[in-house]
Amino acid sequence: MDRVLILGGGVGGTIVANLLSRKLRRQIEDEGVEVTVVDQSGNHLYQPGFMYIAFGNEQERNLSRPERSLLDGRVKLIVGEATRVDADARTVTLADGQILEYDELVLATGSRIAPEEVEHFDTEAQHFYTADAARRLRTALDAFSGGSIVIAIAGMPYKCPPAPLEVSFLIEAELRARGLRDKSEVHFCSPIGRAFTIESVSEMATPVLEEKGIELHTFFNVEHIDPERKVVQSLEGEELHYDLLVLVPPHHGAQFLIDSGLAPAPGGWLPTDHHTLLVGGRPNVYALGDATDLPLSKAGSTAHFEAPVVAARIAAKLTGKPLDEKHGSYTGRVMCFFEIGDGKGTLLRFDYDHPPKPPKPNRVWHLGKMLFNKTYWHTVPRGRV
Amino acid sequence: MTTPTEQLIKPVNRIVDARGSFCPGPLMELIRAIRESEVGTVIAVRSSDRGSRIDIPKWVEKAGHRLLGVSPAEGFDEIIVEKIH
Repeated sequence: MDRVLILGGGVGGTIVANLLSRKLRRQIEDEGVEVTVVDQSGNHLYQPGFMYIAFGNEQERNLSRPERSLLDGRVKLIVGEATRVDADARTVTLADGQILEYDELVLATGSRIAPEEVEHFDTEAQHFYTADAARRLRTALDAFSGGSIVIAIAGMPYKCPPAPLEVSFLIEAELRARGLRDKSEVHFCSPIGRAFTIESVSEMATPVLEEKGIELHTFFNVEHIDPERKVVQSLEGEELHYDLLVLVPPHHGAQFLIDSGLAPAPGGWLPTDHHTLLVGGRPNVYALGDATDLPLSKAGSTAHFEAPVVAARIAAKLTGKPLDEKHGSYTGRVMCFFEIGDGKGTLLRFDYDHPPKPPKPNRVWHLGKMLFNKTYWHTVPRGRV
Repeated sequence: MTTPTEQLIKPVNRIVDARGSFCPGPLMELIRAIRESEVGTVIAVRSSDRGSRIDIPKWVEKAGHRLLGVSPAEGFDEIIVEKIH
């Protein structure tokens, strides 16, 4: 029997499992193939929704579903924590001591946030990368009555690159709506020499920042928070006073991938082929989503478009059929909505060879994002779109 | 054949090979090296992303370190930076 083991029940892992279940239906039913997902919590989170807990009255209960309910019945689910991969022995060890053997391994282990790496983060800064954190940000915004708001990035790469800009725009719009704009300053700090990594998006976003009176600070790499003076200092020697500090926490790949020698420390991102999505030149280990070191957004959308490639390659290998090169090679395709505030949004659509050309912000793309958020559960994890 | 690094008067203490990484990867690798290094360390960043030859010197100026040189090599640029503070 060929065993496909998928670590991680997020967007990427779930879609790969469901696509394989369809492509290999006969083989699975004849017990020639087994597809197993290992997920730490057994709950699938719709992480892009967290931002809307802080800004759109979203409820946490709408952002989580049991992973089992999203997986095809032919896919096996193990709720457990992977602690080691032995790529030579083709085994994965779980925290409870269970050892799982595999023929094909898919690493969809995502990224983890590490706010504890920034001293005083927990007492001074807010973020929106978990439901709890987004609720705390909402509380902090409710308590804010004017002053200086600083939005900065405490480590790259991080999940959903547009998010800190979106949050800046949404905060600014909220301050206006609450009559607090005249009493407030909004600062957006970028670690690099422009507002956004991709030049064309930066060119779109910079005039919007200017128009909204949000001050852009470039080359601002967060170094230290001084809680007594209420200032955040950059490695480059700049410091900004804050009354409300919103920081993107540092992100890393899964620690057990570093411990297993598959990903280099300290980042923990898996060295992944840009097109085949194979890891470290191994013929039977794939990565997708946030876990990779690909020069692309760490976002569900990336995993969404990578998943069919991984599924096509594994299915071709296990059935002995030739690989359809068109579907078996990842082009770097990513597509995501970008909130501008005031009920407007734009769209980023790009691949390795074609940078995005974001359309002029309008209501349609904001509504598109709202619609996507509502229909996610019925479409994306099931591999229907 | 001498590499651009070897042609410098100040010896390079640390090489950051960021070839194959795209903006902002090489800059972020340099920032990590700067954070980890002692004052006076000379760091050579190798980058195949052509944007680095503009971005990195700009960052070095803002951050108050010293740019010792930008040298084109085969398929990449080598940008030499000294940590000043």
